[in-house]
Amino acid sequence: MRYGMAIDTNKCVGCSDCVVACQTENNIPHGYARDWISETVSGTYPELALEIRSERCNHCDNTPCVRTCPTGASHVIEGGIVKVTHEECIGCGACVESCPYDARYFHPDGYVDKCTFCDHRVKNGQDPACVSVCPTYCMYFGDLDDPNSEVSKKIATRKTKVLAPEAGTKPQIFYLI
Amino acid sequence: MNEELIISGRMNPYIDPHLEVWEWQIPLYLFLGGLAAGLLFFAAYFVMTGKEKKYPTTVKYGPIVAFIAIVIGLTALLLDLKHPLYFWQLYTTIRIDSPMSWGAWVLLIITFVSLIWIFSYLKEAFPKYNCKIGFISKLMGIFIEETGDGWEWKYPWLKTFEKYTQNNRYAWAWVLAVLSVILGVYTGILLSAFNARPLWNTAILGPLFLTSGFSTGAAMLMIMSKSHEERLSYSRIDLFLIIIELFFITHLFMGFLASSQVKVEAAHYFLGGEFTVTFWVNVIILGLVLPAILEAMELLKYKIPVIIPGLLILWGGVMFRFIMVEAGQIIRYLY
Repeated sequence: MRYGMAIDTNKCVGCSDCVVACQTENNIPHGYARDWISETVSGTYPELALEIRSERCNHCDNTPCVRTCPTGASHVIEGGIVKVTHEECIGCGACVESCPYDARYFHPDGYVDKCTFCDHRVKNGQDPACVSVCPTYCMYFGDLDDPNSEVSKKIATRKTKVLAPEAGTKPQIFYLI
Repeated sequence: MNEELIISGRMNPYIDPHLEVWEWQIPLYLFLGGLAAGLLFFAAYFVMTGKEKKYPTTVKYGPIVAFIAIVIGLTALLLDLKHPLYFWQLYTTIRIDSPMSWGAWVLLIITFVSLIWIFSYLKEAFPKYNCKIGFISKLMGIFIEETGDGWEWKYPWLKTFEKYTQNNRYAWAWVLAVLSVILGVYTGILLSAFNARPLWNTAILGPLFLTSGFSTGAAMLMIMSKSHEERLSYSRIDLFLIIIELFFITHLFMGFLASSQVKVEAAHYFLGGEFTVTFWVNVIILGLVLPAILEAMELLKYKIPVIIPGLLILWGGVMFRFIMVEAGQIIRYLY
């Protein structure tokens, strides 16, 4: 069992529905975000290419955030989901510094918070909130170890990329390009 | 030219537009930790080599300053936590993978070992009981009483413990020397453990921060010492450490320039980019080259007030850590 995501950059329109869904589902305080939209324009005028991505914690295979956590609050649960135990977090910032995606933030209550792949929904067989609301169906969530899952099929048949592979964290969110 | 423009919709406090997770607390602690490591190492080293008569300030008073530095540093670390009341969670586990975990343990142990050291030398450091600071005098009054030519512990167990520490100074010196090297290296390893921050993610940072910490320790002792001989030998030690430090800094940038693109860009922040002037003026010129010249002149029998190179080195040490922590959080992977 290895949860992962595939996100189709050709279908994403950057509507931020995933961002709002996450904030509602997980009660994210105002002004903070566990997921976000980023837009990259590249090329030379007039030949420009636009890529829109919905980004969040990559739930890496090689987790620097878990390695550098001094108390063990950051940990990996079944399915490779990276989580933070709020009661064990002292807010030292080591995991925030160790994430090349800056996917973690300090909750106003003092602990570090991040995307959980909505593990409380996944446990019941549902998709994460962001995936379930996407109006263009550009996100696929599922078991990467199962070759017949929709997400595995997408990754197998399409060209993919991951973010900052040179940071060596083996991210598990694949962008279909 | 092919260019990329990245726009992100994220605006998390402390995270965007660039990391500001560690502000003044961490660099201040890195400086004080390095300073304490230097002070404690020299004290231990000169006891180990049997030269404690020649270095009275180092052995008796250095550890007191080191202890104060550690306490202030620990306070800064506590203030840095966003969940400070949960700090004790650090001491419910040991995680070898996490430098911050074993660093916290080393800090705890070295605080107690330095206290034992101070205790062992307290009578030699302060032969007369004439403390002017009210609350310290009151506090010590609980434990000690004045005698004809000095003072004595009130309780027999304190006397026994004092005897024990005085008879085992050589063993404690070894413990302290090892711990202080670990503490000095730790200040660098803390940063180099983050592979997400290109400027920090280099193994040379450990030895570099160790050398810099020892150099600030030597500078502090140079300022504190009243013996000309002691001061002169710290001038010599400092000169040697500065040369090693310059060599390590050259190494640091050579390593960056020979590495991946993101590290080449990190080096350019210091070789023409936004940190060039701050770094070269404060750290290299004021903090290393100028004091090195002054110390070389002193060794050549010129009269140099010792406070000038001493303060310059301390200034360089502070600035080096502030710049490294600030720049390290700005320089990041772009994707």
